[in-house]
Amino acid sequence: MPESLRQIASGETAIVTAVTATGEVGRRLRDMGLSPGTEVKILGRAPLKDPVSIRLRNYTLTLRNNEADFIMVKKVEGIE
Amino acid sequence: MSTAVKWKLEEPPSTTIALAGNPNSGKTTLFNALTGARQHVGNYPGITVERKEGIINLKGTRVKLIDLPGTYSLSAYSQEELVARNFLVNEKPDIVVDIVDATMLERHLYLAIQFFELGIPMVLALNMMDDAKRQGLIINTEKLSQLLNCPVVETVARSGQGKRELIETAIQHAKQDRNNQTPLEISYGAELDLVLDTMTEIIQQHQFMTDRYPARWIALKYLEDDAEIIRYGKLNGKVSEKLEAIVKNTKDHCLRTLKVSPEAIIADYRYGLINSILKQNIIIQEKSRQERIDVTTKLDAVLVNRFVGPILMIAILYGMFQITFSVGEIPMGWLENLFSWIAATATRLIPEGLLQSLVVSGIIDGVGGVMGFVPLITIMFLMISFLEDSGYMARVAYMLDRVLRIFGLHGYSAMPFIISGGIAGGCAVPGVMATRTLRSPKEKLATLLTAPFMPCGAKLPVFMLLVAAFFTEYKAQMMFSITLFAWIMALLVAKLVRSTVIKGKSTPFIMELPPYRLPTLQGIFIHTWERTWQYIKKAGTVILAVSILLWAAMTFPGLPEQQQNQFEKERQIALNTTTAATERQQMVNEINNREGQTALRHSIAGRIGTSLEPVSGLAGFDWRTNIALVGGFAAKEVIVSTFGTAYSLGDVDPEAADTLSARIASDPSWNKFTALAMIVFVLLYAPCVVTVIAMAKESSWSWAIFATVFNTVLGFGMAVAIYQIGTNLFM
Repeated sequence: MPESLRQIASGETAIVTAVTATGEVGRRLRDMGLSPGTEVKILGRAPLKDPVSIRLRNYTLTLRNNEADFIMVKKVEGIE
Repeated sequence: MSTAVKWKLEEPPSTTIALAGNPNSGKTTLFNALTGARQHVGNYPGITVERKEGIINLKGTRVKLIDLPGTYSLSAYSQEELVARNFLVNEKPDIVVDIVDATMLERHLYLAIQFFELGIPMVLALNMMDDAKRQGLIINTEKLSQLLNCPVVETVARSGQGKRELIETAIQHAKQDRNNQTPLEISYGAELDLVLDTMTEIIQQHQFMTDRYPARWIALKYLEDDAEIIRYGKLNGKVSEKLEAIVKNTKDHCLRTLKVSPEAIIADYRYGLINSILKQNIIIQEKSRQERIDVTTKLDAVLVNRFVGPILMIAILYGMFQITFSVGEIPMGWLENLFSWIAATATRLIPEGLLQSLVVSGIIDGVGGVMGFVPLITIMFLMISFLEDSGYMARVAYMLDRVLRIFGLHGYSAMPFIISGGIAGGCAVPGVMATRTLRSPKEKLATLLTAPFMPCGAKLPVFMLLVAAFFTEYKAQMMFSITLFAWIMALLVAKLVRSTVIKGKSTPFIMELPPYRLPTLQGIFIHTWERTWQYIKKAGTVILAVSILLWAAMTFPGLPEQQQNQFEKERQIALNTTTAATERQQMVNEINNREGQTALRHSIAGRIGTSLEPVSGLAGFDWRTNIALVGGFAAKEVIVSTFGTAYSLGDVDPEAADTLSARIASDPSWNKFTALAMIVFVLLYAPCVVTVIAMAKESSWSWAIFATVFNTVLGFGMAVAIYQIGTNLFM
């Protein structure tokens, strides 16, 4: 069942399956290291639940829910 | 002999080294460590992205260092990336030193790979080695160097460790490799490789832009849909069309069969390559996940916590506000004393007359009034630099993004606002310049149009003067309310322009939260000094000129002789009739004052001020206020000094703000509502000339003029409303 990053709760970990954004947004997301197979952990969300901050490749990235919608993920169960 | 001559005789630098790397990789820290204070800050020609250069001498070799803007990639997504890429291609540095954060090798190598593809000789600086050790990361530098086929040097930019070796390696490598560096050719899978080969052949056959770029790289950029390269290629006609057709076919094919664009495939293969390199035991993680103490994630759990984060943010900003004023007051007092001493000395040395008046009232008062604020500005910038360099500013952008978006702005708008005076005491000039981090021209425009509303360091003295005169018991609360009001107005006006003249969708927010790091003293001082120097320069140039001009406007034409004689006669009578010495002095002072006032009213400035009274009267501003406000167009600092001059062309020390505020408080033409109207007007009306110029540079002259007119009208409207409602309902 494909899910987008928006649906993942804080503290959960997921693996990126696809980045569906095209053009500039897609390019920037890939530049920042979001490529299929990358493990992503949701660290938390800003005061108004948007943007979201995630941990990947040993660094922290923030993006809005609108951008998170482009990132398809598969939840990883039972890690930690 | 002058140093200038010696400078000319020196040889031009033999090697040019460009420092490149991701933002927050410690690139600027390393640059500072290498060049010290011998650096030159400018802009890239035609663009407002900062360009830093420095020259260092190493065993008789002169090396030119260029600090390229920090970039994540060379994809020409942002202005910075384009600048970096164009620099590398057009100015061909002898070698690039790519600074990577050793703790984030995986992501940082993405840029390195692109340098290899562009065929630029490169040295990799493995920076933040101290952090890596703390995280228990052991990196096999030698093997990495082998696999990447480029020298790798371990560094700790903060302490300067490894910097010498880095430069020596770079110089050596530059000499060896100057002409035999071949671009790296990565395999992007059988299908894309085939397409790339076909395209490369066409490109080579027609020598299509091959004088600038490697052939396969051009093909790659066409596949990646690189707007800049394609735009450039189109100028060369037919070949571009051919390539575009191939790209279109390939793209359709990829989307049909693999459901991804060629761009995405290319990125995947690059990361694949990085992974395959790193997998060969390059990084060994000594500590387990639990053992590692990640300070940044720990701190962020509190600092950007959904509930605690915003409270702490307000506390931190308010704390900065408090420190700026309480600490800044001390050296400000010293400077004030210094300038009044200079003024007194000048008065003593220069015989009474026009020259004395020019030097004392015009130059020393005007420039001194502005210089007095240098300590405040310096402390403010020190703290802002600290917040920026420590990584907290990015958190502010993250937390405020959603709020700012409501008003058509962006998380990145937070910084320009804060620098402009969002926590009181900034300056709109660097604030406006800071808007360049905004990607979308519309959000940038909305930010730079509204940032000048913030209570900058030059407006503060006006507020302090009026608050001291009318709201002494609520000093801190008033100052805080003014700041709050500025934010509200900036947000509302941003919303207004974003839903009318500059409508448009919001741009994506994709931002790294860099690890928290204790900023280096050197970095903070250089940063602060650059900004403070800009302010001082302004005082020495624009404000000096304006002060002299205003002094002249307030002095000429002098009173006709007949009137002068009249005052002289009154003085004689006072001197002869009254017996008590103090009383006599008082009367003379009173006459002198009256004469000053009459003369001022008679001068050009006075006449202009008086002619504006019918309109300005609606907001309760009299002719003297008008002079000050007109002068404030040139620089807000001028307002208080003009007030000073306008209110006391008599004998009393015009420097002491307290005396001036007392004088204003006792003036019957002033009341609480006039003061409030004036505060609001000064907060909102036209930005100063220097800011307007900066705005024009960052956007266009028409927008700068728009802001000038719009802000003045808005400010005046609000001032009239406050004055009219206040005086009619509450008095």
